[in-house]
Amino acid sequence: MAALDQTQVKEGVDQETVDAVREVSTYKYGWETDIEMEYAPKGVNPDIVRLISEKNEEPEWMTEWRLAAFERWTQMEEPQWAMVSYPKIDFQDQYYYARPKSMEEKPKSLDEVDPKLLATYEKLGIPLKEQMILAGVEGAEDAPAEGRKVAVDAVFDSVSVGTTFQEELKKAGVIFCSISEAIKEHPELVKKYLGTVVPVSDNFYATLNSAVFSDGSFVYVPPGVRCPMELSTYFRINAENTGQFERTLIIADKGSYVSYLEGCTAPQRDTAQLHAAVVEIIIEEDAEVKYSTVQNWFPGDENGKGGIYNFVTKRADCRGDRSKVMWTQVETGSAVTWKYPSCILRGDDSQGEFYSIAIANNYQQADTGTKMVHLGKNTKSRIVSKGISAGKAQNTYRGLVSMHPKAKDSRNYTQCDSLLIGDKCGAHTVPYIEVRNNSSRVEHEATTSKVDDDQLFYCRQRGMDEEEAVALVVNGFCKDVLQALPMEFAMEAQQLVAISLEGSVG
Amino acid sequence: MLEIKDLHVRLEEEEKEILKGVDLTVEAGKVHAIMGPNGSGKSTLSYVLSGRDGYEVTEGSAQLEGEDLLDLEPEERAAAGLFLAFQYPVEIPGVGNMTFLRTAVNAQRKARGEEELSAAEFLKIIRERAKALKIDAEMLKRPVNVGFSGGEKKRNEILQMAMLEPKMCILDETDSGLDVDAMKLVAEGVNALRGEGRSFLVITHYQRLLDHIKPDVVHIMADGRIVKSGGPELALEVENNGYADILAEVD
Repeated sequence: MAALDQTQVKEGVDQETVDAVREVSTYKYGWETDIEMEYAPKGVNPDIVRLISEKNEEPEWMTEWRLAAFERWTQMEEPQWAMVSYPKIDFQDQYYYARPKSMEEKPKSLDEVDPKLLATYEKLGIPLKEQMILAGVEGAEDAPAEGRKVAVDAVFDSVSVGTTFQEELKKAGVIFCSISEAIKEHPELVKKYLGTVVPVSDNFYATLNSAVFSDGSFVYVPPGVRCPMELSTYFRINAENTGQFERTLIIADKGSYVSYLEGCTAPQRDTAQLHAAVVEIIIEEDAEVKYSTVQNWFPGDENGKGGIYNFVTKRADCRGDRSKVMWTQVETGSAVTWKYPSCILRGDDSQGEFYSIAIANNYQQADTGTKMVHLGKNTKSRIVSKGISAGKAQNTYRGLVSMHPKAKDSRNYTQCDSLLIGDKCGAHTVPYIEVRNNSSRVEHEATTSKVDDDQLFYCRQRGMDEEEAVALVVNGFCKDVLQALPMEFAMEAQQLVAISLEGSVG
Repeated sequence: MLEIKDLHVRLEEEEKEILKGVDLTVEAGKVHAIMGPNGSGKSTLSYVLSGRDGYEVTEGSAQLEGEDLLDLEPEERAAAGLFLAFQYPVEIPGVGNMTFLRTAVNAQRKARGEEELSAAEFLKIIRERAKALKIDAEMLKRPVNVGFSGGEKKRNEILQMAMLEPKMCILDETDSGLDVDAMKLVAEGVNALRGEGRSFLVITHYQRLLDHIKPDVVHIMADGRIVKSGGPELALEVENNGYADILAEVD
């Protein structure tokens, strides 16, 4: 499909034809929005950092915070420990800020947003309208008959283009907006929490992100409030040769609850692009946060050309007693994934859960897992990881479970299953376990299996073709994790699992 | 319905011929039984007809209603109306029985250019047919064959057969591992599907299944060939005297 790069499209071939042919390719979101963009000059330096800060009309303290991060970053080295290999990234040969020209004047409402941008999200299946999402379209016997509301913050390259349902959320006291807006409108909250879960100097990519993040989402749920709808952010990379650095900050105050979804796609290109996000979640006493991701960045073509380098730092801090966090991720995209959504279980009786499906096909490389850091007494964590490798892909689960001396009577259960399709791929499991008290328990179970020929033949004898059969068997393998997703995402994820494995057998 | 001519088959991995010229014609609406000692090639015949990997056809042909089966993919054979009830039904963890069957039914309908069944239509039909086989709602939700008893697995095979409505059904040692009550239930299920021009090939080691599923024709298979054919009385002969006499007679 690389042959359909826009440079090779002949004159006279209309966009519809090109898109139609692209649709045939397995990556459905590989098209591009033709829109006039404005870029910061290539490369990264203090001037670029200042420029980004200025574009976002940030206060002085924020600019200083960024500059300090940049200074720090220049002294850091790229980590090498992950089981991934990729050509050296030239950090000076890419853009750090790209914004549609039409976004120069920030639209005051969704009605004012550039129709081209609205059309982009419409085509991605994320209409930026305040409407019900109808669940239970396909195969869901227990779907609720009424629709559900989902508020969306849409991030396009470096900027947020709009957030839906803001008014309705405000009535409940929930703040949901882009982070650039939050820095201006709610500086006291941002100042209090930003960088407190993922410190500026945490790691190479997080530090770079702290210097150059351009936008992202901000959520604050006040004490005792159950957020009345699902919140979501949809990240779209469109511009070429541009890194996306988004920053998400979620605060669940005492006794509150919120469920947050994140989706991501990018056009199909034969050069790799960098995505380095930071997500920080703060959970106070008795509060609960569910964070679900369906990551479907362009994975590169079947020969391993192009794709997104997904180097992401995500961490939740269960600060209060009895606080809970649940990470659920479906990672099907990206050429290289380096991602370990983590839980700091600081409060007594706090709980962390991590459910993951990571699929690597063709030349994709995934090194992903979690960290469960038990600090408080009687804390519990659960890890369920399903890794699927096909083609020539390498899939690594890397996870840390750490029981600190004060984390008395804590428990962890880890289940780590790998599934191989074909004989040229690999699955690796790298668990790190540290137990520094004698009343805690850690259990780890790991399995590796192959998609069984007998299973495939059984399905085919009943009439399914080979790809349908593989999708069915793999979805069965992932069931524990798919069940942890909110319904709308579960169905999307199920289809995505099937699509990502097309061409992996036979 | 099914016409097999001079079928020679060997294992792909070793130079071993297993079927050495099988000739068999099953007419529409008839029930044929194949009996024979272990290792005679009965199960191989069922696998070759349904298209399992690992076998090489060196000579001969097999046609379903005039269409060459051996050129088709397994799923195409299924869509053409061939069904195999497995001797050892396969477990598929995490996939609900109902989901599996609905995927299969709709895949076949799609392949034949028919409209897919909606969830509601499907549910109505499967409930009705499951009831006849004493399969409860809970068993329909459980993952395919996982943790099923021997009897449950075989009943589940017959349920699949009832839902897929094939023209030509092959039952590969369906009686193995069943007690008398379970066998009766399975046989009732099969008998309910007889008629409407549907044909059966019942592969079995013992005669007892044939007490419940009355065959029109019985074949004895030995060493990769059909060595003797006759009416239901042939099965009784095996039951009373074993295979030795018949084989000696053929030699």
